[in-house]
Amino acid sequence: MASKLLLEIVTPDRKVLSQEVDYVGAPGIEGEFGIMANHIPFLSALGIGNLHYNDGNRTHYVFVSGGFAEVGNNKVTILAEVAEKAVEIDIARAQKAQDKAKARMEKAKDRIEAARAQAALHRAISRLSCKDAA
Amino acid sequence: MASLKDVQNQIVSIKKTKQITKAMNMVASAKLRGAQSRIDRFRPYADKFYEMLADLAAGVDSNVHPLLEVHEEIKSVGILLATSDRGLCGSFNTNMINSALKLAAEKKAAGLTVKFYCVGKKGREAVKKSEYELVEAYADEMGSFDFNLAVTVGNKVIDAYLAEDLDEVYLVFGKFVSVGSQPPTTLKLMPMSADVAAEVDVDTEAKGEYIYEPSVEGLLAELLPRFVKVQVYRGLLDTSTSEHAARMAAMDNATRACDDMSDALTLLYNKTRQAAITADLMDIVGGAEALK
Repeated sequence: MASKLLLEIVTPDRKVLSQEVDYVGAPGIEGEFGIMANHIPFLSALGIGNLHYNDGNRTHYVFVSGGFAEVGNNKVTILAEVAEKAVEIDIARAQKAQDKAKARMEKAKDRIEAARAQAALHRAISRLSCKDAA
Repeated sequence: MASLKDVQNQIVSIKKTKQITKAMNMVASAKLRGAQSRIDRFRPYADKFYEMLADLAAGVDSNVHPLLEVHEEIKSVGILLATSDRGLCGSFNTNMINSALKLAAEKKAAGLTVKFYCVGKKGREAVKKSEYELVEAYADEMGSFDFNLAVTVGNKVIDAYLAEDLDEVYLVFGKFVSVGSQPPTTLKLMPMSADVAAEVDVDTEAKGEYIYEPSVEGLLAELLPRFVKVQVYRGLLDTSTSEHAARMAAMDNATRACDDMSDALTLLYNKTRQAAITADLMDIVGGAEALK
């Protein structure tokens, strides 16, 4: 029997998820990584992107931004500033954010502004792709 | 002596005031419950965060990250003051403003420049009237704020600290201890002490060695700025909860005062009425006597 691991996702405003899963794939800051049961203790910063987990044969997607993952003792804890399950994502809003970010990038005067716009665009695109994947 | 009609008018107006204070009391208690549940929802995040930071920060040098570093020359101090936007909550705002101004006065006496950052209208008004510089104010946010506000405010002070515009940053907020007690509390945000872990009681059970990705330093660079925001957010949540608790208590007092006043006035009203009746009777009896 394949053993499971507990996935917990918490944000400052709520606990998004707490569930037993088979596999977690997360967007680490240095590239995507996968976690299965009995992984050794591991701590990583997360980038902006889609986290996915397998529960049985189904794959679920969660959009995360600005977070950390801690793995230990068959438990994965994700601390994120923003975490939204695919079903919760508002496509219209993400689309709007994407257009706005694009416009801002064209108008950006300095590097910081451009970087902020790029991050916003990245978030919007990730949200949309998260919705598509689900 | 007040006329009958005057007393009656006073009673009516007191009763109307009482209706308002009672309604405000109930609104505040509903909002208090909401705010408390937000604190409860935030706690798992904060606890986990402290735990993670404690694991990481144990035994690192203070020079691994600029937020941990103490500036060589301390010239200016930033005070982040969290108050409510609205009054009618007893001495809650006054207490916090006083404690912030006292801190400012101490720092000024030590020859430092004091710069204020305010969240909440009441604090902003008070600082505007004071001699200190108000750098940034966020008003009308306390009603409905989320983590983004803490991020905005946090980034402002972090940027100033990193640019060496500020050499120390304090947060003054109303700590929510219980419904009856919300003492103004001062917390040093920056520079952070490396033994952050010691301040929060986390059971640092041995979990074995972690693999870190990126390096410990890289992770700290991500974690520390966020830690400032977590603390700011906690301060804001506490302040907002305390505000509602303070308002509830203040309105409770006001309602009770209204009761007392309306009792006293009713007594006066009855006395005045009886006096009037007695006087009328005397007139009638006197008149009848004169007709004999």
